[in-house]
Amino acid sequence: MTGLLILVFYVALFLGSLFILSAIRRARGRTRDFTSLKTVTFGDESAVRPDRAASVISVLVIFLIWGAFTGSKLVPIHVPGPFLGDSQFTYTLEAPDGRRDDATVYTRVFRVGTEVTPREVAPGDGFAKDDTVEVGAWRSKLILMDRNDEVTRKDGARVVAIDGQPISVGGQVRAGNGIVRLTDKGALDYAPAKGLQMEPIWMPAPEAVFGQLIKIAGEGYQNFTLWQHLGWSLLRVLAGFVAGSVVGIPLGYAMGLSGWFRGWFDPIVEFMRPVPPLALIPLVIIWFGIWETGKIVLLFLAALWIMTIAARAGVSGVNITKIHAAYSLGASRWQIMRHVIIPNSLPEIFTGARVAMGVCWGTVVAAELVAAQKGAGMMIIAASKFQLTDIVIMGIILIGIIGYGIDILMRIAERVLVPWKGKS
Amino acid sequence: MSGLSIRNVSMRFELPGGGHVQALKDVSLDLKTGELLSVLGPSGCGKTTLLNIVAGFLAPTEGRIELNGHPVTGPDAERGMVFQKGALFEWMSVRENVSFGPRMKGQRPADYRATVDHLLDVVGLQDFKEKAIYELSGGMQQRVALARCLANDPDVILMDEPLGALDALTREKMQSLVLKLWKETGKTIILITHSVEEALLLGERLLVMAPRPGRIHREYALPFADLGVGQDLREVKKHPEFATRREEILGMIWDMEEEIMGRAEGAA
Repeated sequence: MTGLLILVFYVALFLGSLFILSAIRRARGRTRDFTSLKTVTFGDESAVRPDRAASVISVLVIFLIWGAFTGSKLVPIHVPGPFLGDSQFTYTLEAPDGRRDDATVYTRVFRVGTEVTPREVAPGDGFAKDDTVEVGAWRSKLILMDRNDEVTRKDGARVVAIDGQPISVGGQVRAGNGIVRLTDKGALDYAPAKGLQMEPIWMPAPEAVFGQLIKIAGEGYQNFTLWQHLGWSLLRVLAGFVAGSVVGIPLGYAMGLSGWFRGWFDPIVEFMRPVPPLALIPLVIIWFGIWETGKIVLLFLAALWIMTIAARAGVSGVNITKIHAAYSLGASRWQIMRHVIIPNSLPEIFTGARVAMGVCWGTVVAAELVAAQKGAGMMIIAASKFQLTDIVIMGIILIGIIGYGIDILMRIAERVLVPWKGKS
Repeated sequence: MSGLSIRNVSMRFELPGGGHVQALKDVSLDLKTGELLSVLGPSGCGKTTLLNIVAGFLAPTEGRIELNGHPVTGPDAERGMVFQKGALFEWMSVRENVSFGPRMKGQRPADYRATVDHLLDVVGLQDFKEKAIYELSGGMQQRVALARCLANDPDVILMDEPLGALDALTREKMQSLVLKLWKETGKTIILITHSVEEALLLGERLLVMAPRPGRIHREYALPFADLGVGQDLREVKKHPEFATRREEILGMIWDMEEEIMGRAEGAA
């Protein structure tokens, strides 16, 4: 229900900001650059430029919806939250002899995790006595309303109405800012209105996530600082990637340069390539255990085939005229390797390295979910066991940022180290 | 004995599905040092195969090649090659490309710097020495390729349609440059081309090859290369003999092309 509503809000904001922005731009007059003068834009990919305003609004909308549905203090608008505070409803108890008496249940709904003081009320008169109850928001509570009554369910008394609305066993009515249900055994089950906001254990507010980040950055989590968790994940990725490259690149070169190597390793590489690294986790754990060796072996395997194939493609992709030119300029085999084949394969190897780093980062998180004492993946799986959703979400965001950061660094390295890529 | 000698060279490729292609049949040719030979022919006449054999990239099935009295068995710095395109090293600057040959021989920068600078001046790239290859236009890239070949001081320069990928204006400038370099360096040059005009302008000797099997069809001795050294090439083209030769050779190649087409249609 809430999910559907979020989708509706999202689509409405998408379309709304599109119309508003278009209207603003129309009012300010059209720009007359070359692309805007094109009459054929549908199908002309070069005419489609990312609208940066849309990117900014897109991110803002995510935070807006996140905040609005979690009751965040950072966002001015909210969807209705859960009922909080005091309310009451009356129930009508019917004694076996047909006498009826009304009593009131005074409820107090509080945020889970905050202090609550019980309400103090006089029991009132009649054979049914008034009750008090404290319920956490989003929760429900069974009220044994006849505990203090003079005639109880054991004596044959039963509740016949709530706030004057008749009710029977299994039925429910709206009362006391929520729903009151009569259970099969005749007790009252009170659930205060939940509203449309999400409970923090499902989706914490942005500031709660940020607060956890600050807290964990300061105090650490589960015996290690945040930087140790993230650093260990990165270290494992780096170790696995370097090991995979050190073996994979020479193997790829050998496969690109020798028919025997290619024939020998082709079946192995082609077989291992489509096996997802995650499918190897059980076997790697059996063989190498759950600690560092196992993880690095797993990441080594994740990077190995990608780097092998990239290096092989880099060698195979060398234009034969370059090799011929080098030979007729007097270069030896070793010189051709060093000055032509290796530099020529660098763009392919960089492409492979980018893919491998991405796969390794994904694999390390998954491996840490299975077993680890430290690491980004371990942090979120440990937090999830205690329903610390704010830490889980913080972890996911950090993992995303680091993965994106790795890719950006690789792209910068590519621009600096192989500036000729895609330009020959 | 000085010069290049091609003796009864035949080239026969076996096809994977059985049968064979006779790419070259009994080709013989002698080139004296310093001669400029252009080779012309319809597609499939084996001219590139012949050049690859001379370069040493292919071994002929019959016959032999000798350069200055010793047999050719593989690629060597004594036979430099200029390709149509794609043979420059993008990861090196213009200067590093041109100095590639000397560096591979183990020469020190002090040994080759003057030669490389001189050659880059000659081909008109004095302001582009430190540029990357991909920053240059197609015509400039071919100048680098020429300079790179010359920096290695080969005995024979083999050119496989070196100007084929250039626009008409750049091509004309480059043709003058090739003639100038030929005269200045006195190298033996074999130039393969698709353009009849280019073959006439840049050939002291002109070889017309015929296809199926690839063979020498006719040979001409021409005065235009010598005329073009000191003269605007457009003036050379106005020469009455130039027009006659051009029409004659064009007709010859047209006939060969039509014969191939006719045979292909007959087969189909």
